[in-house]
Amino acid sequence: LHYAPIATISYWLPSKTNASRESLKMEPLADCSLLPGEERIIDKDIIYICPFSGALKGKVFITNYRLYFKSADADPAVTLDVPLGAIGRVEKMGGASSRGENSYGLDITCKDMRNLRFALKQEGHSRRDIFDILFKYAFPLSHGLLLFAYLSQEKFEENGWSVYKPMEEFRRQGLPNDKWRVTFINANYELCDTYPTILVVPFKATEEDLRKVCTFRSRGRIPVLSWIHRENQAVICRCSQPLVGMSGKRNKDDERYLDLIREANGTAKLTIYDARPSVNAVANKATGGGYEGDDAYQNAELVFLDIHNIHVMRESLKKLKDIVYPNVEESHWLSSLESTHWLEHIKLVISGAIQVADKISGGNSVVVHCSDGWDRTAQLTSLAMLMLDSHYRTLRGFQVLLEKEWIGFGHKFANRIGHGDKNHADQDRSPIFVQFIDCVWQMTKQFPTAFEFNERLLVTILDHLFSCRFGTFLFNCERARDTNELRSKTVSLWSLVNSDLSFYQNPFYTPESNRVLYPVASMRHLELWVTYYIRWNPRIRQQQQSPVEQRYIELLALRDEYLKKLEELQLSDSSPNSSHLSNSSTPNAASPTQHITHLHTPF
Amino acid sequence: MFDGRVLLKQVILLFWPLISTWVQGAEKIDSCQLQVLEMLSSLGSAGGKSAKPSFVSYVTPEEIKSEKEPSRKEKHPDLLPGEVVFCSASTVLKYTQDDLSQRGVFGVLLCTNFRVSFVSDEEPTEEMLFKNKLYGENDIPLSCVDNIYGDKRKLITGGLVKNKYPSKMIIHCKDLRVFQFSLSFSKEEDAKKIFQGIVHHCLEPKSLRCLFAFSYCENTSYPGSYTVENTSYPGSYSYCREHLVSRLPQYFIVPKNVSDEDLTKYQGKGLPVCVGFYLSLAHNHLYSVKTEDLSDTLPTVQDILLSYNKFKQFFLIDNTTEFWMSDMKWFSSLDNCGWLDIIRQCLQKAVEVVESLEKENTNVLIMEEGGSDLCCVVSSLVQLMLDPYYRTLLGFQSLVQKEWVAGGHAFLDRSNHLHLKDKVESPVFLLFLECVWQLQQQHGPAFQFSETYLTVLSDSVHVPVFTTFLFNNDGHRDSLLRAESPHTQRSPLNCPTVWDWSVQFDCKAQDLFTNPLYTEKPKQDTSVRKSYRPRHLRQLSLPSSAFKTPPKKGFFKDEADNLKKILGVKRLSRWMLSPSSDSPQTSSSVREFYEAWQTKPLDYHGLLLPCLDGPSIRVWMQRYLRWIHDVQILGGGPVAMLSKVSEILGEVQELQRQLDRHGCTLTSNHKGARPRAKTAAAVIAARSSVRLSSSFPFVTSRNWAFKPAIPTSLLQSLMVTGMPGNLADREDDGGPESLV
Repeated sequence: LHYAPIATISYWLPSKTNASRESLKMEPLADCSLLPGEERIIDKDIIYICPFSGALKGKVFITNYRLYFKSADADPAVTLDVPLGAIGRVEKMGGASSRGENSYGLDITCKDMRNLRFALKQEGHSRRDIFDILFKYAFPLSHGLLLFAYLSQEKFEENGWSVYKPMEEFRRQGLPNDKWRVTFINANYELCDTYPTILVVPFKATEEDLRKVCTFRSRGRIPVLSWIHRENQAVICRCSQPLVGMSGKRNKDDERYLDLIREANGTAKLTIYDARPSVNAVANKATGGGYEGDDAYQNAELVFLDIHNIHVMRESLKKLKDIVYPNVEESHWLSSLESTHWLEHIKLVISGAIQVADKISGGNSVVVHCSDGWDRTAQLTSLAMLMLDSHYRTLRGFQVLLEKEWIGFGHKFANRIGHGDKNHADQDRSPIFVQFIDCVWQMTKQFPTAFEFNERLLVTILDHLFSCRFGTFLFNCERARDTNELRSKTVSLWSLVNSDLSFYQNPFYTPESNRVLYPVASMRHLELWVTYYIRWNPRIRQQQQSPVEQRYIELLALRDEYLKKLEELQLSDSSPNSSHLSNSSTPNAASPTQHITHLHTPF
Repeated sequence: MFDGRVLLKQVILLFWPLISTWVQGAEKIDSCQLQVLEMLSSLGSAGGKSAKPSFVSYVTPEEIKSEKEPSRKEKHPDLLPGEVVFCSASTVLKYTQDDLSQRGVFGVLLCTNFRVSFVSDEEPTEEMLFKNKLYGENDIPLSCVDNIYGDKRKLITGGLVKNKYPSKMIIHCKDLRVFQFSLSFSKEEDAKKIFQGIVHHCLEPKSLRCLFAFSYCENTSYPGSYTVENTSYPGSYSYCREHLVSRLPQYFIVPKNVSDEDLTKYQGKGLPVCVGFYLSLAHNHLYSVKTEDLSDTLPTVQDILLSYNKFKQFFLIDNTTEFWMSDMKWFSSLDNCGWLDIIRQCLQKAVEVVESLEKENTNVLIMEEGGSDLCCVVSSLVQLMLDPYYRTLLGFQSLVQKEWVAGGHAFLDRSNHLHLKDKVESPVFLLFLECVWQLQQQHGPAFQFSETYLTVLSDSVHVPVFTTFLFNNDGHRDSLLRAESPHTQRSPLNCPTVWDWSVQFDCKAQDLFTNPLYTEKPKQDTSVRKSYRPRHLRQLSLPSSAFKTPPKKGFFKDEADNLKKILGVKRLSRWMLSPSSDSPQTSSSVREFYEAWQTKPLDYHGLLLPCLDGPSIRVWMQRYLRWIHDVQILGGGPVAMLSKVSEILGEVQELQRQLDRHGCTLTSNHKGARPRAKTAAAVIAARSSVRLSSSFPFVTSRNWAFKPAIPTSLLQSLMVTGMPGNLADREDDGGPESLV
């Protein structure tokens, strides 16, 4: 069975699954599951060539948001629900003269680790209309159309756009203080067009200093504060590479500026983490970039973290897809997995972040950059912050983290994902954010009680990274979002999430503030995120209902029921004449992390 | 050699799996198991115990009477009864870091008839929660020593050392601990003595009598009731016949031509009895028999050993730098050693057998030359998949007893405690536990026992105190224990069984053996189950032969072929093909069978099948990674979740007690979900003082200040090479370079 990744991520909960299964069975698509603002464009009889259950006759519906397929005679019915945003490539398969059964049709490559093949009747150019429509609506920006997020009329109780308020977040961190100040120099995106408007910089750096430093950093992305340690005042700063070039240029302002960062908490050495392999950093000199040389930055040490670039990551995930879809590679699975290098990259990113977090815990400030400071840098800073600051491990805190480090600091979502763009071979595309979410998943796996959110949230985020149903991950930077009036015209993904928080909650969550979380960055503990990458495979999917979670929730319910019963008994014992029972103080089953009564088992 | 009596016993035991399964079909397992093997005891000169052994005593064994400890000498560990110190050396340095730094603690290194022991000069640190009462964290039972290395990591083999000793000695243990000692600070004479003593007692051939169990047993007044092991086998054949035939006539057809007298006629021949019996059985059976020759399709015991030897090296870490170096190649190394593949093949074979039994309603005769290695693995796995009883603590114990101990798995030879050159050592039993672990991690709530239980059980094989895993078969055990008994006239030596966990662990620690996710089957379903079960189990006839070596090579095969001819047995052609050792791919029929099973709602008390896809077969982290400091997840790992479950389970149980006190009757519905198992309450106790880590309970982190392990060898050139168009060198954002 193929379930919608979007409308219902329902396969997670058995009860919900049944409900949606039923509703799909009874109702034709148009009547039940269209989103407000979604419109039907074409219906067609078609054969879905399912890699798991063979060719299936059925009907496909295409709306301005999704492709929906339902099989006619298979039992149970096979359905597909694919947001058009998840489609990366549409191709014609076979020609009018192709021989063989089901050789004429469409081949669709999705961004979410699956491919879809449909076959049509060969007579009368039967695929022409559906191909044209699919091509147009899957890639609206290439056809002068709006992304669905701008057409959606969805309403939610919560307004996700209010989740992140930069000033509030800085205040939470204890900023500004006597060493760090807030600057509005970028209010009109004049200093740096890919940075947010509110920046935190060393107190001693003047606006003039900032402008000067700006000239020496790639794309004007100067070092600014991302996070500060409350006790030791060590900071994580992020930026892009310095424009050293072949000639080894120096910039006194940049050197002094980095020294101001070091000075702010009085450490002897500032550590600069260059996310790239050193060879790449050297090679970048040829194009005007480079890294901080020893001579120029005397109070700094430079560490390369050996994380590869976006092209390597793209190819790696492509290879991974090859071995898991449609079928999981059988012979020498582990060697195949290794040959994709996907987990190896994950390991490097995580171990880089561990080093950053470890430095900060030790009281040393760090500066993190790669080439432009919007891919690997975002991965490193946000993972390090996740390790250091338990606030980011809460449901809302994690949203803030993404809004701040990824969306705010200009990770080029539009280019990396290619929302609504037909150019599937665009070299700018790369699954950097997917990789980051995978790293987060690895952490949740290693620390199952440390995160308030569950795996569902991570899968939902990745689904809507592609879907274009929400505005959250659209555009490259804040400036473009402002120009396109994103916040007023689209809905935030966090509106959906925060309107149904319990669905994304981890029942095992045990808040532990001030605890630094160091995952183990060894291949021994890294595993393939099967429930994401191989979720379309029906054999794998069955495995994923967490029995531990189920049992825990069962026990919580049982405890609450017993408590209630006991209370009733005690009440009736104490006042035998009164048959009135009060439920007012029944513990709330919905908040598993609150232990209202603590009973100790005698050992 | 064995006399006729012993042989007869073997023959009967051979049928035991067959019988037991049927008996379970009638839910009579307990009574059957409690039966003393009457016929045998009447035949045996020593006779059975008069006291009726209680199987229940396994579950909640009383604490073993604390022995009067020998007066504690200076710098000696607390010696066990019967333990004697052979030699010792002082000022031995035990390295505490597995890096190249020379940090360590000084102490005394001793070698006794039980263990190699290091007693630190420093005050002992805090008590471990999960303390083994027989040996501590610095003790290595002699049988647990795997390899010893000298200077420059030279493998030491017994016999070669004369008047020499290395300055550094590395000991790899079978439970995967690694010890590194420096002898260069000790007196030369002492150092030489201790080194040669350890090498002699750990590596050189010895007689069975030298195993510690014998002197331990002689010096303990072990409660006699624990000899159940000797008598806990099912009723004799005649017993079964009388009782089973009346109960389950349709499933148990006794050949008319086989009588007790017939059985005795086969004395001295052994094998024909077995085959003949099956022949007769099958003749009268309505269903066909499928034979399954494991020797054709599964790896040999030598293959298993080879693979495991490669596999275990990944975890015997004596140098962290090397460890991190190997990390990048981890998956392919794992793949190349083939251990996970062997696990997969065994599970797959078991699924194939289950499929035949379930879907095709055929009997399956599992064969193997020798009949007591992979037969034991496969037949026990099949029973675990089919019968929820075996997934309980008690059931698993009886499964191991009947399929392995009584089934004649040559534990002594396979673990090669005696270091004899002509014995084939092979971790077959461990392979079985590995398979069980795979099933368990895929279907956690179906098992009453925990991962820790399996890990401890796998360790216990190398603790030569228990007789359970010390012999090749029951005849062997009986004759030896009788011969070794100090009171020859009276009874055989009383020895503890491994199942008496109180010998090793206190109650709190034993709580960790139960799985907090397990729930008993709701009672009201029993009736449904009864009518359903026979259909499930009627075909399960899985012999595992108890004889050690066939009288002549190939004899068994010839007989089987003959048998097949007579029976017109269908053989699945695939199984007969020579093993395609390279790609043991899941057969499509097994896959379909699995998929069909998977579409049905999962019943933890019903048939369980493992998923055999690549990502589903994993490394048993707890067992293999527990001692490696760098990969401990501090404050994390699955135990973080399970301890929360245990915690809440404890609360629920306490509430239940309170409610019971109020005389409140809970609805039957709740009784089902009612957890009756003991909680892993110790986990909660541990929370206050010790921070849990992924190595829990084997290692507890005393050190709260934690420095993360940072991989020392980061990116090597291996990734960059072979990139199409040298992507690695390109700019992220389509700089001029990327256009080139």
